[in-house]
Amino acid sequence: MKRGHIIGLGIIGVAIIIIITSIGDASTYESFSTAKSMAENGNTAAIHVVGELKKDQNGEVVGIEVGEDKTSFTFKMVDNDGTEQQVYYNEPVPADFIRSEQVVVIGTYKTAEMFVADKILMKCPSKYQETDVKTTSS
Amino acid sequence: MMNTFVGSLGHFMVVLAFVSALVSALSYFYYTRASELEKPSWKNFSRITFYIHGFASVSIAICLFEIIYNHRFEYFYAYSHSSTGLPVHYMISSFWEGQEGAFILWIFWNVVLGFVVIHTNKFWEGPVMLVFTLVQAFLVSMILGVVIGDLKIGSSPFMLLRDISEAPIFQINPEFVPEDGTGLNPLLQNIWMVIHPPTLFLGYASTLVPFAFLMAGLGMKRYSEWIRPALPWAIFSAMILGMGIIMGAYWAYVTLNFGGYWNWDPVENAVYVPWLVMVAAIHTMITFKKSSTALKTSIVLVISSFLLVLYATFLVRSGVLGDSSVHSFTDLGLSGQLLIYMFFFLAVALVLAVREWKNIPTSEREASVYSREFWIFIGATTLGLMAFQVIIPTSIPVYNAIIESFGGLSNLAPPADQIGFYTKFQLWFAVALALLTGIGQFFWWNKMDKNDLKNALVMPYIISMVLAAIVITVGKVYDVTYIVIVLAGAFTIVANSTILIKLLKKKTFKLAGGSLAHIGLGMILIGVMFSSGYSDTISINMSGLTYKKDWEDELNKENVLLWINKPLQMKDYEVIYRGRYKKVAGVPGYVKADALEETGEVNEAIALEPIESKGQLYHQKGDTVDLVLQENSYFKVEYYQEDDLKFTLFPMSQPNPTMGLISSPDSKRYLSRDLYTHVSAINDYEEPEWKEDKFIDAAPGEQFFINDFVTQFEGAEVVNEVDGMTLEEGDIAVKAQLTIMDYDVEKKLSPIFLIRGNQVGKVVDIDNDLGIKVEVDNIVPEENKFIFKVNTYQKDYVVMKAAVKPMINLLWLGTIIMLIGFTVAIFRRFDEFQKMKKKGLE
Repeated sequence: MKRGHIIGLGIIGVAIIIIITSIGDASTYESFSTAKSMAENGNTAAIHVVGELKKDQNGEVVGIEVGEDKTSFTFKMVDNDGTEQQVYYNEPVPADFIRSEQVVVIGTYKTAEMFVADKILMKCPSKYQETDVKTTSS
Repeated sequence: MMNTFVGSLGHFMVVLAFVSALVSALSYFYYTRASELEKPSWKNFSRITFYIHGFASVSIAICLFEIIYNHRFEYFYAYSHSSTGLPVHYMISSFWEGQEGAFILWIFWNVVLGFVVIHTNKFWEGPVMLVFTLVQAFLVSMILGVVIGDLKIGSSPFMLLRDISEAPIFQINPEFVPEDGTGLNPLLQNIWMVIHPPTLFLGYASTLVPFAFLMAGLGMKRYSEWIRPALPWAIFSAMILGMGIIMGAYWAYVTLNFGGYWNWDPVENAVYVPWLVMVAAIHTMITFKKSSTALKTSIVLVISSFLLVLYATFLVRSGVLGDSSVHSFTDLGLSGQLLIYMFFFLAVALVLAVREWKNIPTSEREASVYSREFWIFIGATTLGLMAFQVIIPTSIPVYNAIIESFGGLSNLAPPADQIGFYTKFQLWFAVALALLTGIGQFFWWNKMDKNDLKNALVMPYIISMVLAAIVITVGKVYDVTYIVIVLAGAFTIVANSTILIKLLKKKTFKLAGGSLAHIGLGMILIGVMFSSGYSDTISINMSGLTYKKDWEDELNKENVLLWINKPLQMKDYEVIYRGRYKKVAGVPGYVKADALEETGEVNEAIALEPIESKGQLYHQKGDTVDLVLQENSYFKVEYYQEDDLKFTLFPMSQPNPTMGLISSPDSKRYLSRDLYTHVSAINDYEEPEWKEDKFIDAAPGEQFFINDFVTQFEGAEVVNEVDGMTLEEGDIAVKAQLTIMDYDVEKKLSPIFLIRGNQVGKVVDIDNDLGIKVEVDNIVPEENKFIFKVNTYQKDYVVMKAAVKPMINLLWLGTIIMLIGFTVAIFRRFDEFQKMKKKGLE
C-alpha cells in the first residue's frame, strides 16, 4: 500500500468519526411530554423544546416569577402540543423575552414539575410584521 | 414632506446596475472569444459597461445613505434602521444593519476589486471579469425589488414605509411621514460595528478573485498559470476575512453579554469555515509554485472556499437557521434566489473542473516524509478536516429543511452544548496544526533528511520545553489538555521564531510572512487556552441565599445582586455599586443621572446641579446639556482591595422599548488579564411603584428609620428662596433637613413646607438611589414636631456578572502578528506577479 493510500484512509477515518460524533452529540427537538418520559427513563441529555410563553386572554404574558435575588426566574411555557410547563432559568430575564413570539428552551427535567433550561433562544417578531407606526405626526 | 425622488433614483440605479452587469458579462464573453483583431473594441465596450455598472453601484449606495443621513423616514429602510438621535458614525452602521445594505456593501467591494483586476492584468481581464460581472448580476438581483406576477425578485431598500406598513395611519393620510425612526439596534451602536461589516464583506468579496482566476484558467486551458495572479489575492482574502472574524469576535467581547469572544454560533461558524479552507488553499498553492504538486487539491480548495462563502450567505440570510442561532436576521424571502446563486456557480465550477480534470497536470512522484510537500499537505488536510467538522453540525437545520421538503419529519437539533462540542475537536486539530507549522517551516527552508531534521529541531524543542515549563508553572496550568496546548503553542512560537531570525539575518524580511503568521497562531492558541479555559467568574454563587430548591444546588449562579452602596466581597475584590450615570457631550467621564432631567427633546437634558469633572466646572445649574445617546445608562461599580479603591467600571445598559434590556460590559484592562463586568438586570426607573404613605413625626435632632435607613432630622429653617417658585410677600417657607445614612454614604433630603395665607404648599424631595420620597405633611409648633409623609420604593440595585479573563491580550496580539504575516506574504506574492507581468509572461 502506498503512503498516499494510508493518508487517504486516515482522512476518511477521521471524517467518519466526525460524522458519527456529530450525530451522536446532536440534540433533538422534543415536546414536554416526550422530554418528561426521557427524564423518567434516566436520560438526562439536554434537549430542545419549542413553544410559546403562556398568555392570558388579553395576550399578556403570565407566569413569570423573578427569583428573590433577581438572578434567576421561572416562567410558564406552552409547547407546540399545547402542554404547559413551568421552566426555570438560572439567569436574569433576557432582553426581549416577553415580546418573543417563539421560545426554544434547551435543557432537561430536574424534577417532575420543573424543567430547567440551560439556554433559551428567542425568536422575536421581525420588523416587517410591525403594523403600529408611531403616530406622532409631523 | 415626502421625497420620492431619491428612492426612484436609487431604484433606477439598481436596475441600471443589474442591466449593465449583464451587458458587461455578455460583452466580456464575446471579448474572450473574439479574434485578436476585434479584441480591442470588445475590450473597450466591456470596460465601458463595467464602468457604468460601477457608477450605478456607487450611486445606489449614495442614494441609500442620503435617505438615512437626511432622516427620510418615509422610507422603510431609514425608518426601521435609523433615528434622529444617531450620530453620523452610527448612521453608517444603520446603512448595513439591514440585509439590503449588506448586499450593497458587497456589490460595492466587488466593483472596487473589479477595477483593480482590470488595471493590474492584461491577459486575464476578459475571463476573470466575465465571472465578476456574473456574480454582480446575481448580487444586484438581491436588491432588485421587481415583482412579476407572484414572483418577487430581490428586496429593494428604496421601498416607502407606506407600501410596507399596514398601519391604519396610511389609509387616512398617505403623505404621513413619521417623526422619528425606530433606531439602530443598540448592540450595533459600537465603533467596531462601523468597521467590522465592511471588512467582513471585503473578505467575502475577495474570495471571488482567486475563484475567478481559477475559472479563467480552466476555461482557457491554462491549468497552472492562474495560480500566480490568484495567490496574492487568496492571501489577501484570507487576511481580510481573518481580520473581519477577529473584529467580530472583539465586538462580541466588548459589547455582547455572553462573556466571551467566540460562541460557535452558526453565524460565526459560517465565516470561520471558508476562512479555514482559504488558508488551506494558500498553502497548497504555495506548494504548487515550488514543486508542481497539489494543483488539483488547490483547485478543489479554491472552488470550495468561494462556494462556502455563498453557502454561508445562504445559511445566514435565508432564515433556515431559524431557531438555532442567537443572531436574528430577518428573512427577506430571498432563499430561492440565494440557492440559485449558489447552485449556478457550483454548476459552473463543476462543469469546468470535471471537463478539464483529465488534462490537469499531476505529479506522479510520491511525496517523501522528508519533503515539505508532505508536511504542508498534511497541514492543509488538517485545516480541511477542521472546516468539515464545523460545517457538518452547523448544517443540521439544512438537513431538517431538506427532509421536511420531502414530506419527512426530523427532530434533529444542533448540539446542546455548542462550545463544549466544537472545542473538543477544534482544540486537538489546532494543536496538530501548531506542531505541523513548526516542522513544516523547517522543511520549507532547508532540504532535510533524518539527521538534519534531528539537529534542526533539537534546539527549538529544548527552548520551547523550557518556555512551556515556565508558562505552566507561573500560570498554574495543571490540566493535561491545557499543558499539551501550552507545549504545542510554545513549540510553534519558538520553531517559527528560529526561522524568522535566520531570515532576518539574511535581510529578507519579504519572506518572513509565513513564520510571522505561524508565530501568531501559537500565541492565539495559548491566549485562547488561558482566557477561555481559565476564565474565572468571580461573581459566582455570591448571593448568599438561605433558601434554595434542592436541585438548585448543582446550578451555579453566575450573577450577583448588588444593592446600592452595600459592599459585597467577590473573591479578591470588594465591590460596591454606586448608582446610575449618563454621558454628557463635552464632559469627561460620567454624570449622575439624578443631576439631569430629560427635556423630552432627543438627547437633551437640563442640569439640576452644576456639572463638574475633576474640579472643572462644565455646566451651570439650569443649563441645557446634550446627552450622548440618552437611552444609555452607565452603572458605576467600584472595586476595592483591602479598602483601597482599585478601579471603577461603568458597564452600560439600555432598557430598549423594542428589545428589552441591552447591555454592554466594561472591563478593567491589565496587561496580563481583563476584569470583565456586565450588567444583566436593572431597576425599573421609568415607573417606580411607590409603596403606601407612611407618616412619621419627629422633633429636630431626633433619629428615626425610613425603610431601614437611619435618618437624622437635623433641623429646620425658614428660607427666602425656593427653586422654581417666586415667593410673595408674607409667604413662609420652611425647609426641613434630613440626613439619611446608608453604609458609607450620607444623603441630604430637604422637603419644603410653604404657607401662603391660609393655603399650604409642599415641595417633595426624592432620592432615587435609596428609593425615598419625603414631604413635610404638617408642622405642629405646639409640640415642636414635624410630621413627615414618607413613601418608599425599591432601593436602587444592579444585577451583574464579573469575570477575570487571563492572558486575553496574548490572543489579540497573536491575531495582529498573524495579520502582519499575511500582509508581508501578500506583498511578496504580488511582487512576483508584477515581475512576471513585466516580462510579458502573464
